[in-house]
Amino acid sequence: MAEEQNNDTKADGVTRRDFLKNSGLVVGGVVGGGLLGGLITNTFMDDGQSVSPTANNSDEPQDAEQLTKARMFFKRAEDFRVLSAAVERIFPEDDIGPGAISLAIPYFIDKQLAGEYGFNSREYMEGPFFEGAPTQGPQTGMRRREVFLYGVSKLQEIAQSEHDESFFDLEGEAQDEILGAFEQGEVDMTGVTSDAFFAMLRSSTLEGAYSDPVYGGNLNMDGWRMKQYPGGQMAFFDVIESEEFVEMEPVSLHAHHT
Amino acid sequence: MATELPRKQVAVVGVGWSGGIIASELAKAGIECIGLERGSERKINDFIMQKDELRYAVRYELMQDLSKETLSFRNDRDMRALPMRQMGSFLLGTDLGGAGIHWNGQCPRFFPYDFEIRSQTIDRYGEDRIPEDMNLQDWGISYDEIEEHFSHFDDTIGTSGEDNEMTAERSSDFPTPPMKKTPSIRLFHEAAENLGLHPYMSASANLSEAYTNPDGKTINQCMYCSFCERFGCDYQAKSDPLITVIPTAVETGNFEIRTHANVRSVSYDGERTDGVYFVDTRTGEEFFQPADLVILTTYVMNNTRLLLQSGIGEPFDPDTNTGVIGKNYCYQIMASAQGFFDQQFNLYAGAGALGGQVDDYNADNFDHSDLDFLHGGTIQLTQTGIRPISTNPVPPGTPNWGSEFKQASAHHFYRTLSLGSQGASLPYRYNYLDLDPTYTDALGDPLLRMTYNFTEQDRNLAAHQTARLEEIMQEMGANEVASNPDIGDYNIMPYQTTHNTGGVIMGAEPETSAVNNYLQMWDCENLFVVGASAFPHNSGYNPTPTVGALSYRAAEGILQYLDNPGPLV
Ligand SMILES: Cc1cc2nc3c(=O)[nH]c(=O)nc-3n(C[C@H](O)[C@H](O)[C@H](O)COP(=O)(O)OP(=O)(O)OC[C@H]3O[C@@H](n4cnc5c(N)ncnc54)[C@H](O)[C@@H]3O)c2cc1C
Ligand code: SF4
Repeated sequence: MAEEQNNDTKADGVTRRDFLKNSGLVVGGVVGGGLLGGLITNTFMDDGQSVSPTANNSDEPQDAEQLTKARMFFKRAEDFRVLSAAVERIFPEDDIGPGAISLAIPYFIDKQLAGEYGFNSREYMEGPFFEGAPTQGPQTGMRRREVFLYGVSKLQEIAQSEHDESFFDLEGEAQDEILGAFEQGEVDMTGVTSDAFFAMLRSSTLEGAYSDPVYGGNLNMDGWRMKQYPGGQMAFFDVIESEEFVEMEPVSLHAHHT
Repeated sequence: MATELPRKQVAVVGVGWSGGIIASELAKAGIECIGLERGSERKINDFIMQKDELRYAVRYELMQDLSKETLSFRNDRDMRALPMRQMGSFLLGTDLGGAGIHWNGQCPRFFPYDFEIRSQTIDRYGEDRIPEDMNLQDWGISYDEIEEHFSHFDDTIGTSGEDNEMTAERSSDFPTPPMKKTPSIRLFHEAAENLGLHPYMSASANLSEAYTNPDGKTINQCMYCSFCERFGCDYQAKSDPLITVIPTAVETGNFEIRTHANVRSVSYDGERTDGVYFVDTRTGEEFFQPADLVILTTYVMNNTRLLLQSGIGEPFDPDTNTGVIGKNYCYQIMASAQGFFDQQFNLYAGAGALGGQVDDYNADNFDHSDLDFLHGGTIQLTQTGIRPISTNPVPPGTPNWGSEFKQASAHHFYRTLSLGSQGASLPYRYNYLDLDPTYTDALGDPLLRMTYNFTEQDRNLAAHQTARLEEIMQEMGANEVASNPDIGDYNIMPYQTTHNTGGVIMGAEPETSAVNNYLQMWDCENLFVVGASAFPHNSGYNPTPTVGALSYRAAEGILQYLDNPGPLV
């Protein structure tokens, strides 16, 4: 049964290896404008071949996707650049595939902050507010949209004061050092701790890498491909008992809903 | 002034598994009931093509809106209780069908030992073995007396499973055969057998084959689609109230459902109730629903809170260890071990209740003479289907972010297996529920306050189970095993399990329990309080079949009461 499943997948011509072998090199201008210049390298390498994550994929219409890459929440371009640089360090482009920027994770986070997540709208936000024990969960009265703006400006402030440069112009190592200080809770912040901000930054980055592309991240499902994740398949009845690992081309909500 | 509505024979407050079961049994018997549900209506086509991890598993689309209502929490009485601002440790259900919509469907029955835990502990190990502050109590009913109701629940939901010498004896076979065995479960079963344990396939409400229940409701065959826990099922292949008991009740013509009806209190004259007060959450309008009988099926938290708010029953006081409402809040003592393998397993596939299980270290199935704890926990390797946001396994020592993390979490995604133990949670005098003095819900009513921490018993139990998990994982051939035997203090953020119990416990005497073994209030004979709130402790298992059995038992009692009013015990 597993064999059949495997063949079915191959019949569609979409095992990842075949897909990569057949598509060749295409450079897609996925990252918007000159703002993030130098980061238009949204290509990834496999077997010495390089391919645009946007190539050959009928699931994602390229134009529409380009049009959703604009800021809904961050007003200042500078803040967005800091955010982009920070999440790229958390989830960097490397040998195994695209990083945060190629996956459009900064845009994902921006969109999330513009809505329910940014407003903590389904969470209890009534006072009085007290610090609380670590076992009592988050207790800040600040909403995520405020925390992100504050945290991002704090990243920039520290980069400026310690290196006299913008966060996004620093070398990766220096950026990591600053992020590490946030992670350790060493950065002084009011109303929220720096480790709490870092934890949000990290979890929203992973969400942007691996959520359905409908939210604007995981561009072209390349986050999923990196993890060999098949997305929201309808059924695994034929795979469930298989001793062999069965890889398949991912499916997103777009395929189910259109 | 509340608008008074036409009288009903029975008002059922909260329509999940508990409320749905009660409604179906009463409506079938010709009793006129109304179901008051605070959430909105739900239909099965709400769950079609909803394979969206972020929306459902991470942002909790189907769960309670905490901006409207939450609870407050502290570890002990020296701490200031603060509101649970975000969901974490457990995921409270809402809307028609309650948590039964987004449950996993693991369906074990509690042990005969559970129902008589105090007597049996004393018989076997002497009274000294029960710590002074442990309010360990018999349930006021034996497994044999309630077995028919377990069978009734199994027949309603079509449970898939197989017998095992370590589990409670059954009077009838499982309605459907066990689920398919995956390579990871096979590996677990082999290892367990090598160690002399008795593995079996977990009892499951994700059905191995299509099944039609005695009420004529069909549950389909599971597709192992993996979007099960925290999701509604695409295929109506996971038994839930919306495809079984709720339509069964509605189709009789005797069960009316009113959604957006948030019940705030139960009327009470010191002896009896005459109905409930609720607010229509869309308009803020207040109503009084008169009823001959009131059944609370709002889950542990609100069953307890509504009684405290209505002044029914004596609130529990930990100082004197007297009173009953809020007493014996218990949870589940989780332990786990991760094993890292070379082989890739198809772990993206799975079902909520797909797993292998052993109960050699559960209940009193093993000798506790030389151990520093009572009871135990079930051990499982489940294949519920991993999803990429929530599952990022890395060996110990790997950084938490950056390229190394990214690569390791991608590499180990399908090469990591987890074993888990769901340990029993035994009552402790200072773990209890009451009303918060400071924080209120959106209507201005006090939040429920939870005071809870792990005890010595819990820590010893968890350490013991962790060691067993490690042994099994080693035997399974993992390259590396990661685990943490020290559970520390209870933390309300990391997800553990939605198996909260107690607060309105059942028992044989009104001095030590709130409800009798029909879940009828000792202090209010026409009020029944149904759900895991009735558990005097929590077993080393998932709770819902026991909730189901108690609901059928309560329904039987309610029908008896309607014929012949008065205390049933
Ligand atoms: C993610 C998850 C996985 C789970 N997996 C399993 C499993 O595998 N096996 C198992 O045995 N159990 C499992 N459970 C637990 C299981 O879901 C519950 O035991 C079961 O659903 C409880 O049913 P209930 O009807 O008692 O309560 P609920 O389902 O919580 O229903 C209570 C209802 O009352 C309503 N309500 C509450 N307050 C009010 C009010 N004031 N007025 C009006 N209505 C009100 C709520 O909106 C809700 O609809 C799981 C739970 C979760 C969240
Ligand atoms: S795994 Fe099975 S029961 Fe669960 S949602 Fe998918 S098809 Fe339904």
